[in-house]
Amino acid sequence: MTVFVLLEGVISLLLIAGGAFIFIGSLGMAHLRDFYMRLHGPTKATTLGIGCMLIASMLYFWVTEGKPDIQEMLITLFLFITAPVTAHLLAKTGLHQKLRHADKTRGKPLELRPEEVGEKPVPHPDRGHG
Amino acid sequence: MITPRSWLPTPLLTILLLVVWLLLVRSLSLGHILLGGLLGVLIPLATRRFWDAQPHVQKPWLLLRFALRVLGDIIVANLQVSWLIINPWRRMRPAFVEYPLMLEQRFTITLLANTISLTPGTVSANLRMDGKTLLIHALDVEDEEALIAEIRERYERPLKEIYEC
Repeated sequence: MTVFVLLEGVISLLLIAGGAFIFIGSLGMAHLRDFYMRLHGPTKATTLGIGCMLIASMLYFWVTEGKPDIQEMLITLFLFITAPVTAHLLAKTGLHQKLRHADKTRGKPLELRPEEVGEKPVPHPDRGHG
Repeated sequence: MITPRSWLPTPLLTILLLVVWLLLVRSLSLGHILLGGLLGVLIPLATRRFWDAQPHVQKPWLLLRFALRVLGDIIVANLQVSWLIINPWRRMRPAFVEYPLMLEQRFTITLLANTISLTPGTVSANLRMDGKTLLIHALDVEDEEALIAEIRERYERPLKEIYEC
């Protein structure tokens, strides 16, 4: 029976860690200074938090129903694949919109060039255009 | 003339889609195998225009080690960022850093940018192909050179070794 107690501990720990990560990620989104900084919380801490919870869920049903369920792993995997893409696109949109960044930020975001803003069409290098 | 190349451009992707479909519906019945197979053929056909040519994995075992390292880094760095957010006496030093790329292929660059975005504290913001730089926004940087060197050593070099040699 000690195995079950141990597993219960692991599952609880994962749930609590997941909740804590999600809370801190959301807290970061709520009170950091500028858009680019706020982006950091929800894209990663929250992803990891949800990952923890899904793994806890998988473990729980594995223990109680006796067969592993891979669906939670798939959801986690999809989240980890899509989250950075979303973050990149949001940051890029921020650059295009010329959103203000906190004054203490070091370094300057690059000035976007005409072809990056879309004022001048760029031929796709692989497709033999141009 | 219909060749296998024209309706099945990416056989590995087809198999992957079939396996994912079967795992999602949790059944191995003939109907689902057929449906998954059909999806596995149709989805690559519908999205083929968006795909870039993928380089071959030169060293698969290194890829596994790279994935494990990234996973470990995600957890450790998440703890650091969480502490930054809840620590009331924190002084963050956000920065835009221009990262000079060593990688050359689009697919590998995509992987690197995703890795950078996944490890907390850094988000890749803009890729400039002609200048070969990646703009990164970082939450707390002490030394920009050190950040660049760390990304170079931990992520870019292994990726280059795995895909481009």
